[in-house]
Amino acid sequence: MNLDAKVPSGPLEEKWSKHLNDIKLVAPNNKRKHDVIVVGTGLAGGSAAASLAELGYNVKSFCIQDSARRAHSIAAQGGINAAKNYPNDGDTVWRLFYDTIKGGDYRSRESNTYRLAQNSNEIIDQAVAQGVPFAREYGGLLANRSFGGAQVSRTFYARGQTGQQLLLGAYQAMMRQVNEGKIEMHTRHEMLDLVIIDGKARGIITRDLVSGEIQRWMADAVVLASGGYGNVFYLSTNAKNSNVTAAWRCHKRGAAFANPCYVQIHPTCIPVSGDYQSKLTLMSESLRNDGRVWVPKEKGDDRHPNDIPEDERYYYLEEKYPAFGNLVPRDVASRNAKIVCDEGMGVGPTGRAVYLDFGDAIEREGKKAISEKYGNLFEMYENITDDNPYEEPMRIFPAVHYTMGGLWVDYNLQSNIPGLFVAGEANFSDHGANRLGASALMQGLSDGYFIIPYTVGNYIADADLGEVTKDHNAFDDAAQNAQDQIDKLFAVDGDKSVVEFHRELGQIMWDKVGISRSEEGLKEAIEQIRELREEFWNNVRVPGESSNYNKYLEFAGRVADFLELGELMAKDALDRDESCGCHLREEHQSEEGEALRNDEEYSYVAAWEFENVNGELNETLHKEDLEFEFVELKQRSYK
Amino acid sequence: MSDTFTVHLKIWRQAGPDQPGKLVDYTLDKVNEHMSFLEMLDVLNEEIVAEGKEEPIEFDYDCREGICGSCNLMINGQAHGPKAMTCSCQLHMRNFSDGDTIVIEPFRAKAFPVIKDLVVDRSAFDRIVEAGGYVSVKTGSAPDANSIPIDKEVADTAFDYATCIGCGACVAACPNSSASLFTGAKLAHLNRLPQGEPERKKRTVAMVKQMEEEGFGDCSNFAECEAVCPKGISISAIAEMRRNYMKAALAGTEA
Ligand SMILES: Cc1cc2nc3c(=O)[nH]c(=O)nc-3n(C[C@H](O)[C@H](O)[C@H](O)COP(=O)(O)OP(=O)(O)OC[C@H]3O[C@@H](n4cnc5c(N)ncnc54)[C@H](O)[C@@H]3O)c2cc1C
Ligand code: SF4
Ligand code: FES
Repeated sequence: MNLDAKVPSGPLEEKWSKHLNDIKLVAPNNKRKHDVIVVGTGLAGGSAAASLAELGYNVKSFCIQDSARRAHSIAAQGGINAAKNYPNDGDTVWRLFYDTIKGGDYRSRESNTYRLAQNSNEIIDQAVAQGVPFAREYGGLLANRSFGGAQVSRTFYARGQTGQQLLLGAYQAMMRQVNEGKIEMHTRHEMLDLVIIDGKARGIITRDLVSGEIQRWMADAVVLASGGYGNVFYLSTNAKNSNVTAAWRCHKRGAAFANPCYVQIHPTCIPVSGDYQSKLTLMSESLRNDGRVWVPKEKGDDRHPNDIPEDERYYYLEEKYPAFGNLVPRDVASRNAKIVCDEGMGVGPTGRAVYLDFGDAIEREGKKAISEKYGNLFEMYENITDDNPYEEPMRIFPAVHYTMGGLWVDYNLQSNIPGLFVAGEANFSDHGANRLGASALMQGLSDGYFIIPYTVGNYIADADLGEVTKDHNAFDDAAQNAQDQIDKLFAVDGDKSVVEFHRELGQIMWDKVGISRSEEGLKEAIEQIRELREEFWNNVRVPGESSNYNKYLEFAGRVADFLELGELMAKDALDRDESCGCHLREEHQSEEGEALRNDEEYSYVAAWEFENVNGELNETLHKEDLEFEFVELKQRSYK
Repeated sequence: MSDTFTVHLKIWRQAGPDQPGKLVDYTLDKVNEHMSFLEMLDVLNEEIVAEGKEEPIEFDYDCREGICGSCNLMINGQAHGPKAMTCSCQLHMRNFSDGDTIVIEPFRAKAFPVIKDLVVDRSAFDRIVEAGGYVSVKTGSAPDANSIPIDKEVADTAFDYATCIGCGACVAACPNSSASLFTGAKLAHLNRLPQGEPERKKRTVAMVKQMEEEGFGDCSNFAECEAVCPKGISISAIAEMRRNYMKAALAGTEA
């Protein structure tokens, strides 16, 4: 497998501009002769589709929701980073880059991460020009705040709804191109397979989710921006329809899947309340700017939190990490919440929660100031839990939130299959083993607005793209493959529901491939997932038929893929015998419980190649060695 | 954990767009006050699947956090149910009591045809935005973000209107099935910003025209839309839309 990252030579600061100079251009009158498929209309897909269409390509855009505006990116609350240094607190592109590399525990590619920081400023300009209503100061200039893991205020935000506003910006840019006839929009369409002809990605197979029809789409390049796979855990903060299917089916066609075990657990979510629960709700991490995290010092202390005096509270983050306090990165905050709960100090009915307390902040700044900053989050919390966070501390617990792993891509965001580009959360790049807050939105938009439009052009200008038609046997094969899977799902006709399988898989994943992992647990997980998968194919019940709207059928296909991906995640976690970022191997931690990296042996991207050997999943590991030319590898410390 | 209770449900079942629909009775006795309304339907669906006699109930959802605008249920005749400023997905069963009968129907409007059961087609909203609900700016050509200061108040008001999630409750609640609150909200967001100013007239005329073409009714100030809007979009957006439309029409602006 060829894992050439194609990183341009030269100083870090100049790599991208040099690359842009070298990139081949497609003449304007030729662009309209080329079709590009973009799967996904989140921040990455939406911005890519709009920008490619503006350039003149014919874009075919797909999403599973009923409107592009509903992609999961809409739910992001906290904000988006950029190195504008508007607050004059010393921020620079280098610092944003450095924080991102360090935050990711030195498991991302320097060149990509630097480019992300470089593009960040332009993203804000672009969004503001589109009319995205970011928060402003009284002087009329943009406001900033600080966010988990950063010591400067570099986060731009639109109240608690930054993702929504940025997505509407990209969606509106898309709709403008739909109006111009440059984007052909296909909502309620699910990509089920990738079509490869002469070694190049040339099309996709979709199912029309309303009519059930299996359809063929052809193009000169495919951009996959289908989001992350956090829903493998069943309970997560992801939207219910987020899934791995598009990426997984590409993987099964030969695209390498990189670092699948890197899963971010978000520290500030509303805890689980019961087994009917369908998802978890995230409370923006910005809450940690003012909220103080604590548990009662005494195990099993079930007094009302307001009755527990100051000296009987354990402010564990402030005590253990004086420099960052409550603002330590997510992996550190999540892990420590688990530790105190494991030690029996957890609060609430399940004992799986810690307090996030605004008492001091309200005393210091007044209720009005706090409500201006976090009002809608407080309301959301109260609506879900029926408790009032102005009067008593919130209860929070970590939940699965984001996946750093994804399809492997080179510097051009091209997978190892020529013509298949991958953007946003669907690719593995930029965040290493841990993503800092407010950086996913930045990456999605950087990929979509400022990288994909150039690199796809470069590919098209250079590729030897022969004529193909939808009758090509690669199309027949892929369409048949999609149909076969659907038929197979109905044929099982068992008596256990798709949801039950999903929930069981999620439990295995959370227990053994979650916040912390061990060799023993991972081996057990692999066995259990295999058994569950076998049971699925013998006993799942898919109601209804395939010829019309059928949500259970959609979910069955996605759970089938999660059952395969789950095994690979455990395998990757087992193979990575070190702790890094969000990936804590219990065998590798310091006496104080901090993650111990092993740069000598594991400073690489794990890229897995799929092979189907008589129905058994066979995954082969390939390594892209990470080289650090410009930063010195240091142990992370937030003390 | 709290005790469970029982609700009686009357749910709209419709096999497809051209099929007749009807309300079907269900009883669910595993309801818990912390469940969201959609989780309650999930539990019912699991029972239906387990019995295997009929197909599960189809309804739209995605984020389940009140932000994507996917969910759209008429609950006891109210769009998104009884709780103000709340989407169906964020409505919790603690708002109901043991023994309640709850009627669940799709958002009805000529411009929102039923796809199946409670799922409707709201693509008319996309076409209204497509007609002009954007600022025409090319990627990469934007000036520095701080080069145009905007009054905090203007920015905040623009934001308030921009929070519309496109759910369609306003249409479902309106006796005329008007889409004026949705359209007005987008216009009130973009038209008041300096970025949106140059296209203000053209945008207003184009979006209003499209709204009419989609088969939405006129607004006759019932204000039902504002009452059900989960994001609290103010009806003043509609007045603003009218003023802008009149000005543009007088100036002879065409879409
Ligand atoms: C609750 C929450 C809060 C967050 N807050 C922040 C934050 O404050 N700051 C930050 O930087 N990040 C945040 N994140 C992370 C960030 O929102 C996501 O990583 C990012 O939005 C992903 O964007 P995307 O474009 O890659 O994918 P998505 O937005 O997930 O879009 C995926 C798209 O792919 C489509 N799709 C998927 N599968 C298929 C298929 N098979 N066929 C066709 N289409 C398909 C979907 O329809 C959708 O359009 C948050 C995440 C969550 C869950
Ligand atoms: S105006 Fe309110 S009710 Fe209407 S679509 Fe927007 S959010 Fe929904
Ligand atoms: S499911 Fe997203 S708003 Fe209700």
